[in-house]
Amino acid sequence: MINLATRPTSKRVQLMATCLCDAFYDDVAKATVEVLEHAGCEVVFPENQTCCGQPAFNCGQWPAARTVMRHTAQVFAGDEPIIVPSGSCAAMMFHGATLEFEGEKDRAAIEQVGGRTWELGDFLVNGLGIKEWPGEFHARIAFHRACHTRGTASGPAVMQLLESIKGLRVLPFGEAEQCCGFGGTFSVSFPNVSTAMGELKLEHVEAVDPDYLVSGDMSCLMHLSGLAEREHRPIKTLHFAQILRDALHHRHGQATH
Amino acid sequence: MPCTTAMAKQLIDTYVAELPPTVQKAVHQSTATTTEKRYQLLGDDFTDSDALRKLAGSIRQHTLEHLDTYLAQAEESLTARGAKVHYAVTADDACRAVTEILLSAGITKVVKSKSMVTEEIHLNDYLANHGIESVESDLGEYIVQIDGDHPSHIVRPIIHKTRGDIARSFEREGLGDYNDDPETITRRARKFMRGKYLEAGAGITGANFVTADTGRLVLVTNEGNSRFCLAPAKVHIALVGIEKVVPSDADLAVLLNLLGRSATGQQLTVYTEFINGPRRHDRPSGPEQMHVVFVDNRRTEVLASDCKEILRCIRCGACLNVCPVYRQASGHAYRSVYPGPVGAVLSPLLAGDKFKELADLPKASSLCGACNEVCPVDIPIPDLLLRLRRRAHEEHVPSPGTPPMAGFALLGSHPLIWRSAMTFGAAKDYLPLDKMPVPYLGSWLKTRTLPKWRGGKFRTWMKSRHGRNGGNGK
Repeated sequence: MINLATRPTSKRVQLMATCLCDAFYDDVAKATVEVLEHAGCEVVFPENQTCCGQPAFNCGQWPAARTVMRHTAQVFAGDEPIIVPSGSCAAMMFHGATLEFEGEKDRAAIEQVGGRTWELGDFLVNGLGIKEWPGEFHARIAFHRACHTRGTASGPAVMQLLESIKGLRVLPFGEAEQCCGFGGTFSVSFPNVSTAMGELKLEHVEAVDPDYLVSGDMSCLMHLSGLAEREHRPIKTLHFAQILRDALHHRHGQATH
Repeated sequence: MPCTTAMAKQLIDTYVAELPPTVQKAVHQSTATTTEKRYQLLGDDFTDSDALRKLAGSIRQHTLEHLDTYLAQAEESLTARGAKVHYAVTADDACRAVTEILLSAGITKVVKSKSMVTEEIHLNDYLANHGIESVESDLGEYIVQIDGDHPSHIVRPIIHKTRGDIARSFEREGLGDYNDDPETITRRARKFMRGKYLEAGAGITGANFVTADTGRLVLVTNEGNSRFCLAPAKVHIALVGIEKVVPSDADLAVLLNLLGRSATGQQLTVYTEFINGPRRHDRPSGPEQMHVVFVDNRRTEVLASDCKEILRCIRCGACLNVCPVYRQASGHAYRSVYPGPVGAVLSPLLAGDKFKELADLPKASSLCGACNEVCPVDIPIPDLLLRLRRRAHEEHVPSPGTPPMAGFALLGSHPLIWRSAMTFGAAKDYLPLDKMPVPYLGSWLKTRTLPKWRGGKFRTWMKSRHGRNGGNGK
């Protein structure tokens, strides 16, 4: 069990961009860098990074997952905080990995890396002590709390930042605690359930008619925006890092779709 | 819209596509309402209900870690109160023990209150095969019984039925003309059941808790049916999973406070009974004999496994109510006595050498963790689902729709190959993917688009800033 309370808070940080930002959502990774720099951080991007290994872990294919995690732990050696713009990948680092390495010789080394990992919003608020975010962003948004931040400080932290932005209104919506239906490989092995869950989420979001659907996890948003596009639902999505970045420039965000 | 790719299907996913929308809607409404009530009540009544859940979890975990001690103590306390304690290793042993008690007392008619462990061991079928009539007295369970159906929820066995379904069943059983008014249905059941209570020689119950230090058997119901089962009966037989023991009365204060709130959004169920043994000179009412049958039925195997935390479960059903998959699938999709998140862990474990037949259940989860968040005894259900997925993979159980991960492991541990893949992945935007037989991807594209490939763009951007602000790492 990793003690999250003792994670480092230094302003020289390593960025774990996540595989989805690497492949699809470069603007989210850019926004993350700019937000961290605005907060006074020096951002280091270890180039050999790949993925946290969660897809294999969730499929029960733990040896494959450990191969990826061992590589990741090596890439992120050091003692700086590791910042991830994804609650899911962060949870893989500080929770999933401890499970995945039960009984393995190098568990301590893996846990050293997990014990430095922060989800972006959690780091800004609880690591750096930022209580409000400057700038303006005039929009009404629905915030989908990604499931892997349950039981962590990330959800309230992100809400606190968003609600402090001038011009921004966060709209409550129905069954907000429910999962979007992505769930990694679950989305392809249980396509009917996954789609039904996503549609329910989109219906609740549409009912409050926000300008953007916002989350801290591009995996949820990839599923939801892909579903919305296929069904011609006019829902635009943003990562909260994009809002924080755009608020600094007083500009309305560019939707990822 | 049902998915129709050529790939093999997960059974639960197929079940969902075929479930009538009326059933799905009924299940969703009922579970969502109960979840909301639970959330409100816990928030209103406690300043930190999470702390209470964690305390309850530690009480249950402590009990499991010392189950040998507490079970022996419970036996001693129960015996001192005049109850007879039996142990049943298998489901068959348990059914046989009950049958022997009944036949030796010349009893051929019994009434039952709701009990999941009796569902688990298929007690009613066994008794019927031995010429003993056993009538369920919980209204929901009675309806399940007359329909030859199975419960689809731990707390609400007929969550999948409409009042019209029930009215037709009552008409068929000769309990009056078709009438779907809930009050009328309940009155008819009540009248019918009164007769059964008076005829019965024995009352069979489960137990929500058994206290080791005082030998108290605790039963909670909303219909009062367990009290009726025991009022006129000569013999009381309680079937109790060995994990139902708790150390002391004081622990009940924590657990009972959480059970009603978690199960039905009630501060306390309408009836909470503390049964302190059979009739004695100083206790002039109740059955003359009390038997407690502790049922193992593979629980010791679960206790020895890396999923023993599931035995903390107090059967409140909160995880079913909050689970997005259960809400879509209802209970029968799980093909076992225990559905939902708790069932996805417990059912394959209790299946023993038939683990493989239920190894798909732990896959039927997005691992969203809502189950753990509402669990009154803080069972880390997602972690247990993951451990069972690993076991299924190690035992080479086929998993439809799950991609092999060897290629991913290669990519994920070789940064040069990874970076090339990031660059060449752009090819996907030029291929007619939705018309190609690409496994797994087809399943995604059936209902969802994929975003444009932007592999490596961030890396280039980051490099262009090199030197300006600390630059790149290794």
